[in-house]
Amino acid sequence: MNRQTNWLITTLLILGSILILLPLYLTITIALKTPNELSKSLLALPEEWRFQNFLEAIEITNFFNALTNSMIITIFVVIFTLLTNSMVAYAIARNMHKRFYKFLFYYFVSAMFVPFPIMMLPIVKQTSSWGMDNIAGLILLYIVYGLAFNVFIYVGYIKSIPKSLEEAAIIDGASTWQVFWKVIFPLLAPMNATVGILTTLWAWNDFMLPLIILSDRDQATLPLVQYLFQSQFSTDYNLAFASYLMALAPMIIVYIFAQKWIISGVTKGAIK
Amino acid sequence: MQKRQNAFILMTIPALALFFIFHTFPVLQGIFYSFTDWKGYGDWNFVGFKNYLNVFQDGRALSAYGFTFQFSIVSTILVNIFSLVVAMGLNAKIKFQKTLRAVYFMPNILGILIVGYIFNFIFAHFIPDIAESLGINALSKNILGDPDLAWVGIVIMAVWQAVAFNTILYLAGLVTISDDLYEAASIDGAGPWKKFWAITFPLIAPFFTINMVLAMKNFLMVFDHIIALTGGGPGQSTESISLLIYRGGFEGGEFAYQSANAVIYFIVIVIISVFQIRVLQKREVEM
Repeated sequence: MNRQTNWLITTLLILGSILILLPLYLTITIALKTPNELSKSLLALPEEWRFQNFLEAIEITNFFNALTNSMIITIFVVIFTLLTNSMVAYAIARNMHKRFYKFLFYYFVSAMFVPFPIMMLPIVKQTSSWGMDNIAGLILLYIVYGLAFNVFIYVGYIKSIPKSLEEAAIIDGASTWQVFWKVIFPLLAPMNATVGILTTLWAWNDFMLPLIILSDRDQATLPLVQYLFQSQFSTDYNLAFASYLMALAPMIIVYIFAQKWIISGVTKGAIK
Repeated sequence: MQKRQNAFILMTIPALALFFIFHTFPVLQGIFYSFTDWKGYGDWNFVGFKNYLNVFQDGRALSAYGFTFQFSIVSTILVNIFSLVVAMGLNAKIKFQKTLRAVYFMPNILGILIVGYIFNFIFAHFIPDIAESLGINALSKNILGDPDLAWVGIVIMAVWQAVAFNTILYLAGLVTISDDLYEAASIDGAGPWKKFWAITFPLIAPFFTINMVLAMKNFLMVFDHIIALTGGGPGQSTESISLLIYRGGFEGGEFAYQSANAVIYFIVIVIISVFQIRVLQKREVEM
């Protein structure tokens, strides 16, 4: 029964998706219009594609500098998060019967319930007095703060990996480090994908941590740049939207090609 | 064996040390300074619970709590309704399922701040423009400029962005429900409404719990949305707790005072999360 396509629901969902796509449509078209065209009609397509807005936005906001900053932060955070957080989780998962490791597990995981504002003011004092109010400091903070959630999902996953594989490797004379890197880490690939995707989305889109940690404008990330240039943007919407579009574009392009993996990665992370 | 234990210790100790230094230590410092009168610079004295008592008498703080709760509760409910509806739609026998799923999930990958700026324009120019050409006077002005309505604008943008994530979670729950159950129910003569309450909802109850708790917790921390849409205004009508702590702490020289506020905020979030999990899990069992 009920095997044919439900066209009513299909139509309703398509209509609903207009609500999702409209803000993007506006962003793209406004970025391509002249101020004159914009004042005539907000919804119309641009009469001719005007790339001048993009060139101006690139120059004014120093776009490529911010893009580089965001990319450096995201790439380093993702690589080191995968390498270190999975290792910590491995040590915890294989020793959960011992008090120390059990304590570690609850120590990291309970941090998920600590709202960031409680440490916001002290961490800014601390990072600036230790000379960490820069990209390197920010990268370290993301890797460390990621532990709370990542240990939680890695440990759950590692527990489901049978110990027999490790035992075989140990009998062959492998050290604990070799067991981790050669046996366990490759087996973690599905979880690494999830953690990698979630970490990318977090580090790339985050605004609050760069806002409070970074003291040098030249180190600003893409979201932070949009904030710093608001006074200029509020008088020139075409310029603003060109800048917004360029800031959103890298993630949208990645999403178009990898949406299947991104959706399944995020789903796995959310349902543990 | 001892060597193995040493390796495990080496794997965890650096992480433990860094986590303590950059997470636990600042938290403890925040709690410590909440009992002082430190401005963020200069000398300080212990003042006991004075900061805490003052928070409860501070109109600005109370209105921030009021706004944050109002925003979070309304947004959490709306997000869960919309995402459940969308997820059920996506789970039905439809055409273009993959594409539609990709479109509905897309807001999740976009930075909240930038989406907020785009919505700022939509509220300030697009909606009034459309409303004017259609002759709807009620919508012809920017709702973000109205102290009584600005929060609605923030809810709309927050819901637009958050439905994506919650939809995917509900969808993960819905696909686990076997078609046989619905067929059996149909044979027994159950209508769609009955099927939803008797089959769908009880079976996705665990997902409902996660969604409610996660959404509520995220919304209680609202910050980026407000920076992009209203900056806390008009006046202080949409100032959230996070924004108040940020502003007061960094710009107002209220380091100690806002630390006390943050401790209260922390306790509130923990209580709400635990309460939600208890109540919702109890319902799961009963159903």
